[in-house]
Amino acid sequence: MNWVFDNERPIYLQLVEQLKILIISGKFKAGEKLPSVRDLAFETHVNPNTMQKALNELENSKILYTQRTSGKFVTTDKKLLEKLKNELALKYGKQFFENMNNLGFSYDEAIEYLKKSKGEI
Amino acid sequence: MTLVECKNLYKNYGKREVLKNINLKINKGKIYGLLGPNGSGKTTLIKLINDLLVPTNGTILINGKNPGIESKKIISYLPERTYLNFDMKISETIEYFKDFYDNFDEKKAYELLKRLNINKDDKLKTMSKGTKEKVQLVLVMSRKADIYILDEPIGGVDPASRDYILDTILKNFNDNASIIISTHLISDVEKVLDDVIFISDGKIILNESADKLRNERKKSIDAIFREEFKC
Repeated sequence: MNWVFDNERPIYLQLVEQLKILIISGKFKAGEKLPSVRDLAFETHVNPNTMQKALNELENSKILYTQRTSGKFVTTDKKLLEKLKNELALKYGKQFFENMNNLGFSYDEAIEYLKKSKGEI
Repeated sequence: MTLVECKNLYKNYGKREVLKNINLKINKGKIYGLLGPNGSGKTTLIKLINDLLVPTNGTILINGKNPGIESKKIISYLPERTYLNFDMKISETIEYFKDFYDNFDEKKAYELLKRLNINKDDKLKTMSKGTKEKVQLVLVMSRKADIYILDEPIGGVDPASRDYILDTILKNFNDNASIIISTHLISDVEKVLDDVIFISDGKIILNESADKLRNERKKSIDAIFREEFKC
């Protein structure tokens, strides 16, 4: 995974977003133990305090849980993970239609382009 | 816990006021960016904390005490200009640091140097400017200190080496220590900072969490700096 940050937005929020994608996509599986804060911070080249803040945020939204003395784990709540996946898919969809709308395309035209671009992936 | 506290601190050089009423707390477990244009007073403030200058007025407390022999033991300082003897071999420089500082971790220094492919029998004078800077950073970060003060640690190195230096700083950073990085190369450094301190014309004009500033102003620290210090 390539960790790239945009200095214009809080780094911890970007970590939350990128970690969510790793979890949703199954790079970190349900119930799996996460690397330590220090290791994750080192891999992403960020300050451990910032990584801690991101993990706390994920824990507050129940995506992670802490097991006393043994570290942080991905939730085993598959429904929650499914919900997150749907939310993100809708967000990407909305972004696409917004961008196409800004270019002056109608919904139907945008769908046509979506179909056309499918062949090019 | 507060490691460094400056209270109503003033420093004059002759009639020129270089620092004007500085009030500042440096807490444990954080990385601070001390940011300001050339001549704003960054290095003067750093020298005062290191007991290399005496305040004209006001106080500095390091771990609750005045700067002195005790504070020098717990502060590891990377000066803007080098003080190393370039005729010495790396191994001799390491011996020198070992003699000088009780908390110098020789093993760690050699490990870090090895990662840089630096030969311990080489002399500093045979090295490029960037490699010299890396060696000095390795020496400073190999001390087990409470406060690391790095004055322009990435000034003379190429962008790829900057990342190595930032990684070295991050890897050696722990909860019990604080790091103060003074620099004007903000965009390279900003993502590792917890808090930023903007200093302008001898005064602190901003002291805030970096992520909070990004969130409030929807801008990078670099952009905020350019805005605040527009000529």
